[in-house]
Formats: sequence, C-alpha cells, structure tokens
Amino acid sequence: MSNLIKFKIDGVECMAEGGKFIVEAAAENGIYIPTLCNMKGVKPKGACRICSVRINGRLMTSCTTPVTDGMEIESESEEIRELRRSIVELLFVSGNHFCPACEKSGSCELQALGYYYQMMVPRFPYEFPQKGVDATSSKIIKDQNRCIFCKRCIKTIKDEEGRSFFAFRNRGHRTEVVLDPVMAEKMDDATAQLAMENCPVGSILVKEKGFDKPIGTRKFDKQPIGSDIKL
Amino acid sequence: MSKPVIATTSLAGCFGCHMSILDIDERILKLIELVEFNKSPVDDIKTFTKPVDIGIIEGGCCNSENVEVLKSFRKNCKILISLGECAIMGGLPALRNGIPVEECLHEAYIGGPTVQLNKEGIMPNDDELPMLLDRVYPCHEIVKIDYFLPGCPPRADLIWDALVALITGDPMKLPYEVVKFD
Repeated sequence: MSNLIKFKIDGVECMAEGGKFIVEAAAENGIYIPTLCNMKGVKPKGACRICSVRINGRLMTSCTTPVTDGMEIESESEEIRELRRSIVELLFVSGNHFCPACEKSGSCELQALGYYYQMMVPRFPYEFPQKGVDATSSKIIKDQNRCIFCKRCIKTIKDEEGRSFFAFRNRGHRTEVVLDPVMAEKMDDATAQLAMENCPVGSILVKEKGFDKPIGTRKFDKQPIGSDIKL
Repeated sequence: MSKPVIATTSLAGCFGCHMSILDIDERILKLIELVEFNKSPVDDIKTFTKPVDIGIIEGGCCNSENVEVLKSFRKNCKILISLGECAIMGGLPALRNGIPVEECLHEAYIGGPTVQLNKEGIMPNDDELPMLLDRVYPCHEIVKIDYFLPGCPPRADLIWDALVALITGDPMKLPYEVVKFD
C-alpha cells in the first residue's frame, strides 16, 4: 500500500492506489460512477460511455482512465448527469426495450439507470428496429431486440480452453452479438445462468426461467443501482 | 374558484392504467372533492362538455380513431399527461411495429393457430372500423404531451402524487419505489 495517492471527485478528497481505474478507485471511496459495459475483473474498453467524467476539461471514460496523484474529477455535475441520461435514453430508443414484457425487468441494469436518472420518457424518437430472437439453443434465448453491444458475454462466457460462446456478427448498424451454434451445444446450465447474470439487459435469458422473482423482490425494486457502493 | 376538470381516455391500452387510477383506494373520495370529471370512462361522459384542465391518456395510437380522440384531447385540455408505458412508447401493442399490418391481420384472422371459425378467410374491412396505422405511435409523436408518468401500470401513488402536485402547484416527491417501467 505504499503508492497511495490523493485525488478529488466532485471536490471530495479520495485516496486509492495509483494506477487503479477511476471507477474502481471511486467505488473504494464510496462514490458510485454508473457503468454498463464495464465488469469487475474484465479488461475495460470504454464502449458505452455511461461512466464519462470530466478531467482537466476533457470528457474521459472512468472505466479506462487510471487515477493519478492530484487528479480532479467531475462526476455528478448537472452537465455530466445530463450526458449520462441522454446515453440511457439513446440506448432505450435504439433497441426494442419493452420493459413490461421483459423477463429481466426489475433486475436490468439499463432499466435501473433509467430509474437512477428519473427518465420519464426518452427525448429521442423511438426507432423500433426490426430484430430477431434466436431460440435455437436448448439452454438460452438470445433476444437481439434488447442487446446493447456491451460485449460482456463475449468477454466472460468462455469454455475451459478460453473460447467464447458469443461473438459479433456483421458490421456497422447490422452488427449483432450471436451465440456460436457449435459452442452452444456444449453449454451447461451453470454457464447459461452466468451468461444471463452477466448480461446487463434482458438479451440473454435462460430458457424456461422467466419471471421467477415476484415484483418487489427483484434486484432494483427497492434499492437504486449503485446503492451497494454509495456511502 | 371552481374545481379543476379532469378527462381521461384509453386508446390502445388495456384499461390497466385506469384500474391503477382506481387503486388510489379511499383517496378517490378526496379526489372527487378536489376535481370534477368530464369526458372519461370513469363517469361515462362520451364527449367534452366544457374546457378541461388535465387530460389523462392511457395507451398509444394504433388506429385512426385513437389519433382522432388524442387530437380532440389536445384541443380540449390545457395539460395532457401520457399515463403508462403504452402512451409513452407504444407498449405491448407496439410489439407489432416492424411487422407489416397485413401480416398481423393474416395471423390474427386467417393463418393463426387458434383461428377456427373464419372458413371464408375474411379480414375485417368494414368502413365503420377505424383504419389500423402502419405501426403503433407513442402519443407524444402525434400531439404535444406535457407530462409522462411511466409504469405498467403506473403506481397509484405516482398518479395520486402527480394529480395533487398539478392541482396544488406543489413539487412532486417521486420516491424511488413509485417510478417504475413495469
């Protein structure tokens, strides 16, 4: 613990080991910075931009930026909150997020961020894109309507030889995250369950397991996202 | 001062949001003291008989009649509220968005697995029936909407708080448990 450094988030003095990513360093100091594509223990890539903060006048993703001594970070200003809220809204309108009919509702991180930023309605027009649902696997359903391309499944759901069960297909606006049909055949129940848990939205679902938790007992029914971090 | 006037309607909705209005329980007696209802399924007044202060819209727009009713609400109400997911984003009826209307009708009346009695294969086409729109539209894509109350249905406490806030001018409390999308 010799390389402890000091930095500030919204004027609050914080301490952490130098070189830690800001999201983690903030969490250690009881400050929640929202994330979607980021996952503990997985190399960050700053894709979703929801963790954006302002440092030295520049917007940076706090999941990929290491904290340095004397750093001053702006995270909960009205401008940053507005930026994050608009990212959440854009994610809602660019997919087909029918919360009332979604098995992940109540435990969905995107929805929880909608609550966190009190999104009453997205300010952007709904796109209603045409997307498919792949239910060919015996274990899981991959619903493309809800996928936000966070890549968490690709990075974390692997077999013992390190091969991913999921992969990107196509490019540009036709990009989708798909389950490899050959790998799907050897997917066991535990892996399927982990894939569903690691998906921040309801794009990966274990078959025959929807709506198993009653309303009121789900992850974000009573506690806002980030409550486990906030002091 | 006369009481504020409220009107409500259900467009492409399931009346669940209206049920949630009734779910304010005994506060309904207080509501009757606070406001007067005009056109609404609650009192069965079919047409606007006076200018309305607050119009509450349940459901999105799936056909020409929905659009007409919504426009008449905009014309007759000072404030319009989109109540519930269907009014806000089309909701479950909007699951058909992206599927051609003819395909939907074919599935419902001719090709669907539960269709048994339609031997002639007739699709509803009477002039009296409202035309289906190409897709289901959120209300704010048709007219200007002033406030949005999410939920499926919106919690009774959210509806109550919003109405009281609008009538009294007090700020809304919006506790975490009442703003939900399901």
